[in-house]
Amino acid sequence: MRAANLITAAILAAVGVLVLVDALRLGIRWGTDGPQSGFFPFWLAVLLIGCCLAIAVKAGRRASPYAFVTRQALGPVLAVVGPAAAFVVLTQAIGLYVAAALYLAFYMRWVGRHSWAAAAGLAVAFPVITFLVFERWFLVPMPKGPLEAWLGY
Amino acid sequence: MGLENLLLGFQVALQPHNLMVAVVGIALGTVIGVLPGLGGANGVAILLPLTFTMPPTSAIILLTSLYWGALFGGAITSILFNIPGEPWSVATTFDGFPMARRGEGGQALTAAFTSSFVGALFSVVLITLFAPVLAEVALRFGPPEFFAIQLLTFSSFIGLGGGSPVKSLVSILLGFVLASVGLDIVTGALRLTFGFTELMKGFDFIVAVIGLFGIGEILLTVEEGLSFRGASARINPRVVWETWRTLPRYWRTFIRGSMIGFWMGFKPGGATPASFMSYAFAKRFSRHPEGFGKGEIEGVVAPETAAHAAGGAALLPMITLGIPGSPTAAVMLGGLIIWGLQPGPMLFKEQPEFVWGLIASMYTGNVIGVAMVLLFVPFFAAILRIPFAILTPLIVAVCAIGAYSVHGSMIDIWYMLVFGVIGYVFKKLDYPLAPLVLALVLGDLAENALRQSLIMSQGSLLILLNRPISGAITAVALFFFALPLITPYWRRLRGRAVAPAQGGS
Repeated sequence: MRAANLITAAILAAVGVLVLVDALRLGIRWGTDGPQSGFFPFWLAVLLIGCCLAIAVKAGRRASPYAFVTRQALGPVLAVVGPAAAFVVLTQAIGLYVAAALYLAFYMRWVGRHSWAAAAGLAVAFPVITFLVFERWFLVPMPKGPLEAWLGY
Repeated sequence: MGLENLLLGFQVALQPHNLMVAVVGIALGTVIGVLPGLGGANGVAILLPLTFTMPPTSAIILLTSLYWGALFGGAITSILFNIPGEPWSVATTFDGFPMARRGEGGQALTAAFTSSFVGALFSVVLITLFAPVLAEVALRFGPPEFFAIQLLTFSSFIGLGGGSPVKSLVSILLGFVLASVGLDIVTGALRLTFGFTELMKGFDFIVAVIGLFGIGEILLTVEEGLSFRGASARINPRVVWETWRTLPRYWRTFIRGSMIGFWMGFKPGGATPASFMSYAFAKRFSRHPEGFGKGEIEGVVAPETAAHAAGGAALLPMITLGIPGSPTAAVMLGGLIIWGLQPGPMLFKEQPEFVWGLIASMYTGNVIGVAMVLLFVPFFAAILRIPFAILTPLIVAVCAIGAYSVHGSMIDIWYMLVFGVIGYVFKKLDYPLAPLVLALVLGDLAENALRQSLIMSQGSLLILLNRPISGAITAVALFFFALPLITPYWRRLRGRAVAPAQGGS
């Protein structure tokens, strides 16, 4: 927990430094007609860095008996993040509907060990329903790929 | 005068089309409230893009109904499965789950829904009375007053939010930093983009909400391992009727819970502390406090009344001042802007149909809501029996759809994923998420209010204290900011004063 607290505070402080640098570039003083663009971000960054230091000092002082994440808990978390990231990559490549179908089918087989029939059924039903609701009724377009292009959308 | 407006509102809310919208909203909301990982803020964020093609009044009715539904849904999972769907239903599990295990799930659910209804109704009546007055006052507000109110909003997270004040401040600052990414509308300068064109649009808070609360929550849930072993609820008219006969006995708890809920609720992040506070008070004043935690019906009534009263009250500052009282209200506020309405006090003057339709729909929505949840409990409870391996990809896919449809841009799905991881890490390290979202929403408004105030005063921050209204609000805000610093000294001082007195006696 201590390491996690220190790393998070360091990352946030780094964000603060980035903001600080850009705020100084934009100008943090009084412009021709009011405060310059960097004025508000500058003070945000100063406070942010200050807070991160305070958190780091407090967290560094004593070790916490709790682990940030236990080895048993990390597995399930990665089993959600990994496929989800793969799903996003697929969405970018071949469109959301096909990616969602593959993602659902894979997850149901791999994690849930459901039957092929159930996995295939849901993997087809979900994109079709989504397509009807979003693309047809509410006219909200989703990212599409080659399959949709082949079907004429 | 007020009554006339309310009647106008009912004419809008009772149109068959809008009633249907309310029914759909509550059904969806309850489902969302029951699903682990999805809450009110998330559901509203995901559905927001679907409302773009609707008239604004129907759209807001859909979203508020969803909100009520999610609040009702939270009670179902807390009582039957001991899984609080929302942070403010945690207190409901204390007595609700023991009751359900004893076979009194029906009674607990009836009590929960009825208390929710009473709490919400109390808030809505107060909103009906106070909203026009508050809007009238707010019309005379200038930039310093608005900035002072925003200061108060954020100071209350730090002073009253519980948890680490420094970490709350970091959340707020990070939200503001994210909000300032992109084009500065005042000077036209590009801020914090570092040459990346993707960053020019900035970060949309809807995407942040979906990631932080949706994906982040799933990650937290899987960590604990999902095993839904819930109690079954048999709910029939006889159980409902018999429970209703016993409830008037707790009229004090109802009143107390409603007051606490309303008072805490119109300040941001109020619903959760309100539910705990109401529970603590009920236990304190109860004739048999030893029964609490073992399945006392009053222990269900107290937190549910307060949570729903707070949920209603959170909408008050949103419609009158344009400042949301909760993340869910913040998403609705975003909706208002997208529908082309200017949130804030002018809404009452310019869009009376919208405002009063919304207020009236809070009445109809709660009546429909309580009837629907009582009728369909077994159906909603069945949702939790959907296997985890189906639920997770479905929720992730729905979140991705919601994130994408905000701007139709692929990068938002990536942001969603990143925000999900941030949400998970922040939750584990006790950084509160609600202030981050509110800061992201209010960022531009707050910065502009501050800039305009400074222009008015030629650069002196004293303008916030010089004007009577903003001065008073700023003073309270500064007090809240200082509260975490003062409290330890205050305790020590009191401890010293008490110790000699004890020694003397």
